[in-house]
Amino acid sequence: MCNRQILLDVAKLTPAHVMSILVVSGAVLSGLGLYEPLIDFAGAGATVPITSFGNSLTKGALSEAERTGLVGIITGIFEVTSAGISAAIIFGFIAALLFKPKG
Amino acid sequence: MSDKKKKKLTPTQQEYQAFAKEREPQRPVLANCLKAFLVGGAICLLGQGIQDFFIWNFDFTEKTAGNPTIAVLIFLSVVLTSLGVYDHLAQWAGAGSAVPVTGFANSMASAAIEHRTEGFVLGVGGKMFKLAGSVIVFGVFAAFIVALIKTF
Repeated sequence: MCNRQILLDVAKLTPAHVMSILVVSGAVLSGLGLYEPLIDFAGAGATVPITSFGNSLTKGALSEAERTGLVGIITGIFEVTSAGISAAIIFGFIAALLFKPKG
Repeated sequence: MSDKKKKKLTPTQQEYQAFAKEREPQRPVLANCLKAFLVGGAICLLGQGIQDFFIWNFDFTEKTAGNPTIAVLIFLSVVLTSLGVYDHLAQWAGAGSAVPVTGFANSMASAAIEHRTEGFVLGVGGKMFKLAGSVIVFGVFAAFIVALIKTF
């Protein structure tokens, strides 16, 4: 979290930029095989931050590519992350149904 | 401000820029980092607690417990966003509350609620991914490239 705050404060990037950078770095770390050891060490400390989203995207794509070849990269990308995205869409929509924006 | 932009300014303007920069309040980098660390760590600690709960009480392994954990965290985050609590937390914690998956859910839920006045199709449906979209686009593209490199 700390290095991220530095990106926000010192480099003066917007939160969207910071999150994009973190997702990409998670995907790259996953490709280098470095993210899995981090999860073993930190547990939810590594699976909850957004870098884990990038890791899951790469992991899904790779495992599906192993089974079905090149097409698997396309079909596998959302395999692991579908829970997070679906949950966010469904709960977000329900929230929008129930609540009105506050000033 | 970048050097390129600076060259186009007149000397008076440059002087003013320097003057304004001097008066700008310093960002408390260290304090912000500490807050981000504490809140981010607390969210991850909560996640670990939920994960352990799933492992102990249901038939989950350490690998499979991740998905339900994230779903619960997202649910909590959406509830807190709807009640307007998460925004206060984000104000205080900065990246500490933005970086975990709860921040991702918060950005989607708040965009959905905020644009509700524009209607359900154009507002809620269309604007939901306004902030989260960049994360998904860059994540998917990076994952695609990495997987492509690894496969060959």
